[in-house]
Amino acid sequence: MSYKKMDEKDLAVIATFLDRERILWRDEINEEYSHDELTVKRSYPDLVARVISAREVSKILAYANEKKIPVTPRGAGTGLVGASVAIEKGIMIDTTLMNHILELDEENLTLTVEPGVLIMTLRAYVEEKGFFYPPDPGEKSATIGGNISTNAGGMTAVKYGVTRDFVRALEVVLADGTILELGGKVVKNSSGYDLKNMIIGSEGTLAFVTKAVLRLLPLPKCNISLLIPFPTLAQAIRTVPLIIKSKAVPTAIEFMEREVILDAEEYLGRKFPDNQADAYLLLKFDGNSKEEITKYYDDVAKICLEQGAIDLLIADTEERSTPVWKARGAFLEAIKGNTSMMDEVDVVVPRNRVNDFVEFVHDLRGELGIRIKSFGHAGDGNLHVYILRDDLTEDKWQELMNCAMNRMYEKARELKGQVSGEHGIGLVKQPYLKESLPAQSLAIMRGVKKIFDPNNILNPGKICYA
Amino acid sequence: MEILVCIKQVPGSNKVEVDPVTGVLKRTGADAKMNPYDLFALETGLRLREKYGGNVSVLTMGPPQAKAILYEAFAMGADKGGLITDRKFGGADVLATSYTLSQGIRKFGKFDLIICGLQTTDGDTAQVGPEVSEALGIPCVCNVRNIDKVELNHIVVDMEMSDDIEKLKVPFPCLITVQKDIYEPRLPSYKKQKATADREISCYTLNDMADKNAKHYGLDGSPTKVQRIFPPKSDKVQETWTGSADELSERIYDALKKMKFTA
Repeated sequence: MSYKKMDEKDLAVIATFLDRERILWRDEINEEYSHDELTVKRSYPDLVARVISAREVSKILAYANEKKIPVTPRGAGTGLVGASVAIEKGIMIDTTLMNHILELDEENLTLTVEPGVLIMTLRAYVEEKGFFYPPDPGEKSATIGGNISTNAGGMTAVKYGVTRDFVRALEVVLADGTILELGGKVVKNSSGYDLKNMIIGSEGTLAFVTKAVLRLLPLPKCNISLLIPFPTLAQAIRTVPLIIKSKAVPTAIEFMEREVILDAEEYLGRKFPDNQADAYLLLKFDGNSKEEITKYYDDVAKICLEQGAIDLLIADTEERSTPVWKARGAFLEAIKGNTSMMDEVDVVVPRNRVNDFVEFVHDLRGELGIRIKSFGHAGDGNLHVYILRDDLTEDKWQELMNCAMNRMYEKARELKGQVSGEHGIGLVKQPYLKESLPAQSLAIMRGVKKIFDPNNILNPGKICYA
Repeated sequence: MEILVCIKQVPGSNKVEVDPVTGVLKRTGADAKMNPYDLFALETGLRLREKYGGNVSVLTMGPPQAKAILYEAFAMGADKGGLITDRKFGGADVLATSYTLSQGIRKFGKFDLIICGLQTTDGDTAQVGPEVSEALGIPCVCNVRNIDKVELNHIVVDMEMSDDIEKLKVPFPCLITVQKDIYEPRLPSYKKQKATADREISCYTLNDMADKNAKHYGLDGSPTKVQRIFPPKSDKVQETWTGSADELSERIYDALKKMKFTA
């Protein structure tokens, strides 16, 4: 598909839609708009529009659709798979100024927000008022729009689910500029195809999200985290299916290894509260009283000790749990700071196969002679595996990285897993999605894309176009 | 080495609320925890025991439910616990609290080293530690940021002053108050919690003290008269700057330089 190359005339027209000072044109565009958090691919858009309303988005899209100018959405730029890289140039719509919390509806337990609200802002806002927005991705400075685009999950998916489970309604702008409401403040909905859920996870390829009505829960009164040291990672991970089978419902089950913890200590300049083991499980329970939570975790404690846990360490206050979760939240950045370049795998496998995958990765690094670090959501089967370049030459790095990627995705398929648990497909995971889904599924996806966006202007070249 | 760590139960939330009518801090037993600063004191005691041997005892003063933090200290590794509790000790100011603690410490045992947290999150005076040492007639070093070494009859510590750090050699018995972050406090152990759930705690009331004069304790023994307690006005100042990246970076640099965060 060929797109219109933008010129000064396009700039002049767009400048009638929004203030010129909220438009960045060519040389005015900062370097950060050319990439995301991890993807190597860099490409500058011709124009960045820092929008503040759905109306502005609508005018831009209507114009872009008419002129066939590609449009790439961008929130905080914390994506990991290149979804927000403007590979076809054109217009980038930056949502970070649409960062207002519009309404807290206590009667319907919903929060209405603009797409540029940061996850950390959103959570703090509702928690202050005794409400809870459970999805909890590691990257707290991501925007809610970005989270909706990738259907982010995070640590609490094991108990509460993912972003899709907490979106009641969306206001979107279609490719032709039409502003449309999908869903509503309703708890149930059996009214035709669920277009709202189709938009969630579509990485800006179907429509542009300009407002979201999120579902809230009452804030649990307290929470307790358990840091559980194990002699080996295999013992730790093999315990997870037993915890799930025991019907205990932790909000999070994470696994971590000593070497990643050491990276986090160095990155944060702060010691982790324990150093007696090579592998840890980190569990979090929430409830309305300490006594209630203690009752839940007594059974879990027995299971863990039977499976060889060295002990269970109790983080029952803010000052105890903060250093643990802060370290966990810093893993990605910490690993990144420890090598020259890296790439990631975000596969999700059935929960009882996590150990098979992790052992496979351990063997793979020995076999290929490359550093591979991993951590992740043992409770929901979503693993974050990072392949590190260190001082490898470009050729060797490409060779080993591709080999490691192919082998890991092949293994995930064998275990009946999926390519991405929460980071999305974006630009760089497309070849793996193609290999993992039946051709018919991809054909339907492309058909859906065509109906929503016949001129293919919305985030082109992403998800299913490899 | 016999080590004593003084600990206190404080409100569980870091957001302290004041009753607007009585002017008293709102405390609820259900939502209470060990003073966060004391975690560093206890960790210091446990590390010294690991390195040099001995025992770590913990002592607190408070209502009977303050026992909970002694058991918490056992789950972190403390060996022995004592509770000073009597209605007559209620309403004590810093002086009466320190005196009561010193009386309790004399009953509880003989210690080479007493460690206190720098301050509490509810009282915030940072005076109880040094006043306990005064009442016991032993030397005291506050603001300890590092323990250099322990030798036969003394300890060598680094004390942080506003402009410099002083290295001090202090003979036993002595008292130190340690800074936040001297060591990362360990988390309570589930196994230790189970193993120590029935451990005996020594309790001390006015009748157990060498000085039984009630006038020296509680409200009667407190020369401080609190007129009013109120939450402080926030002194957080927020400024919003606008400008180009170049202008702003220069402005940020100048501000950091002015605040001496950078040279």
